[in-house]
Amino acid sequence: MSNNSSESNTHPSPALITFEGVQKSYDGETLVVKDLNLTIRQGEFVTLLGPSGSGKTTCLMMLAGFEVPTSGDIFLREQRLNSVPPHKRNFGMVFQNYALFPHMTVEENIRYPLKTRKMPTAEADRKVARILDMIQLRDFAKRRPTQLSGGQQQRVALARSLVFEPQLVLMDEPLGALDKQLREQMQLEIKHLHERLGLTVVFVTHDQSEALTMSDRVAVFNDGVIQQIDTPSNLYEHPSNAFVAQFIGENNTLAGRIETVEGRQCRVSFGDGFRTGALIGPGLAVGDATRLSIRPERVKLNGASQALPNRLQARVKEFIYLGDHLRVRCELAGNDDFIARVPVDDFESSMQPGDVIELGWRDEDVRALDAS
Amino acid sequence: MSVNTTATLSPAKPAGNLKAQLRRAERMRKLKAIGLVAPLALFLIVVFVVPIGNMLWRSVDNTELESVMPLTAEGLRQWDGSGLPDNATMAAFGAELRDSRQGGGLGRIGRRLNYEDTRYRSLLMTTLRGLPAVEAVDDATDWAEILSDIDPAWGETETWLGIQRAAPAVTDRYLLASLDLERGSDNEFKRVAERDRLYVSVFQRTMVIAGGVTLICLALGFPLAYLLATLPARTSNLLMILVLLPFWTSLLVRTAAWIILLQSNGLINQSLIGTGLIESPLQLVFNRIGVFFAMVHILLPFMVLPLYSVMKGISPSYQRAAVSLGAHPFAAFWQVYVPQTVSGVAAGTILVFIMALGYYITPALVGGPADQMVSYYVAYYTNTTNNWGMAAALGSLLLVVTLLLYLVYHRLVNRKQLIRS
Repeated sequence: MSNNSSESNTHPSPALITFEGVQKSYDGETLVVKDLNLTIRQGEFVTLLGPSGSGKTTCLMMLAGFEVPTSGDIFLREQRLNSVPPHKRNFGMVFQNYALFPHMTVEENIRYPLKTRKMPTAEADRKVARILDMIQLRDFAKRRPTQLSGGQQQRVALARSLVFEPQLVLMDEPLGALDKQLREQMQLEIKHLHERLGLTVVFVTHDQSEALTMSDRVAVFNDGVIQQIDTPSNLYEHPSNAFVAQFIGENNTLAGRIETVEGRQCRVSFGDGFRTGALIGPGLAVGDATRLSIRPERVKLNGASQALPNRLQARVKEFIYLGDHLRVRCELAGNDDFIARVPVDDFESSMQPGDVIELGWRDEDVRALDAS
Repeated sequence: MSVNTTATLSPAKPAGNLKAQLRRAERMRKLKAIGLVAPLALFLIVVFVVPIGNMLWRSVDNTELESVMPLTAEGLRQWDGSGLPDNATMAAFGAELRDSRQGGGLGRIGRRLNYEDTRYRSLLMTTLRGLPAVEAVDDATDWAEILSDIDPAWGETETWLGIQRAAPAVTDRYLLASLDLERGSDNEFKRVAERDRLYVSVFQRTMVIAGGVTLICLALGFPLAYLLATLPARTSNLLMILVLLPFWTSLLVRTAAWIILLQSNGLINQSLIGTGLIESPLQLVFNRIGVFFAMVHILLPFMVLPLYSVMKGISPSYQRAAVSLGAHPFAAFWQVYVPQTVSGVAAGTILVFIMALGYYITPALVGGPADQMVSYYVAYYTNTTNNWGMAAALGSLLLVVTLLLYLVYHRLVNRKQLIRS
């Protein structure tokens, strides 16, 4: 399912972690993770993205060593990891609630991994001081974690997982507890840290914009299976199935049937005699039921749609004003939740709900995907 | 002009109104709150504050002589303690002794003076019988001679000194006696004779038993609470019911059950002999072992519950974090988990220790004579000898110890809460 051909060029570095046919079941009846195959390369930022219960956290816990695969193997380079206990894996980990030790100061927290490694005091002092400078919390070294703000706690948790220079950093929804603004700031901070220190990071989140912002590659999980693993732009522009199209970004869907196929292009009929050109998704052929996927920002209205090959009539239901853009909800081919996204400047203010307007899009902006 | 005036007045006016409105709105709420708390407050004052105040007072109360022989007491307080009291004091003593037959006053001062010396009660009885008739005495009567004729003891300074010690309204004799101390002839503190020393060792024994019970409860309760806090909810709820089961039966029944289980031909000894582990029955009850068995059993839930509630709030991710940072699971438990349970350990140990300090029924039933704690002597003085002063003094000292411990606990828990919040 994954789009492997393009990756080998963009990531020439050697594989660090390899999941081979990994399965996990908690109750012996249902599989939480089904046949997972995944390679994480040295220096890569890989995000495991998916709705809750999709198996992404279980994967991370198996990698950390807190869960054991029911079958299959996990390799660190050539070493089989399954039987290595978690405290010997030398992976840094950042937890959802940070898990900073409340009875220790910030400095003691950061020093903890060095203490467990019995590092000489002088060297440990130096490392702790350096990382405190890096997260700009030197003045807070003697405070308790509870006396820090959420963002500061987050930075301490990060510092604690990095100070012993682990070969891999695991992050389990580390930004979930922060408010939106701080979260976006921390996303960039972590991304820059990854670039500067050349870290290998496996990041788990259910927030698709977070995944797109930070990652080199994103693995989209659903139902215990990786639906697609690809770069953020490929995920958005070329989703390989309906789930990914729906989960990443906003998306309009229309049910139709494939009439003709010509290379990667196809024509699809839908609704009451509507037709459009589209790019065909994997595994589809003439006569198959399909689900058309069109991003709202690719739908043009009235005048702007004139030069486009696919033009259809729709009825305006409502306008939603969002400051920088406007969302126009229309009824098209029986779907009355069809959204077009229009920059405020391009909007014709004469339009009223109930008007019949022209919508248009290019063939390559439509993906014909599996109907499921 | 008028516009200006209204403009300057208007901000002040609503502020005043607002305050009045707020008071009105809050008054109802306050009254409701007071009404809800009042019955309990009243109940606590009547059954808790007043009796404790009364007990504290009784530990220094010395008003028996004062209430029965006010003039004698007054005269003896003036007396410098050398030679014999003046004639007026002795005259008052004679008159008040005669009157003390009414209303049980004689019994009261007899009992009080007997704490000073056991000869006083019979001395008073003899003297009362020997007193001259009221008509036979006047201001010129030499009372020293009359009294000495009845009993030569009245001619000794020592006899009057004993009564003088009972004259002030307050005394420290009970509190001193509770610490095996008394006042010597020069009014300085000294330890009582070796064979009379008792209470210091009783207090020590009380501390040792309470401390031992607390330690055993902690050793047994900590792993149990940890298990309860980490098991899935259904299993842990079931186990919690088992922990709370002892609360469903009365203390007395449980203590009696231990006697039946632990006695020489009881269940435990019989099974041990039956399996051939021992030849003759072990002495498990009516000694310290029995006391520990029964008290630990009764007090264990009070250790488990605070520990459990603290442990329940500790996220398992702390230990995982420690392990992910390279700590061996045992080290992670010891360095990261245990320190976070300190407030629960403090709460549990103080709770159990303070409750154990006041234990009475259990040691009285399953302990031997050398296992009786302070409460036993409090009960002995109130029920058997009617010596309220000693009972109150022992009780007050126990209260002071308890309050000191509570203070320590308060400090500990407050500091921990600061860290956790």
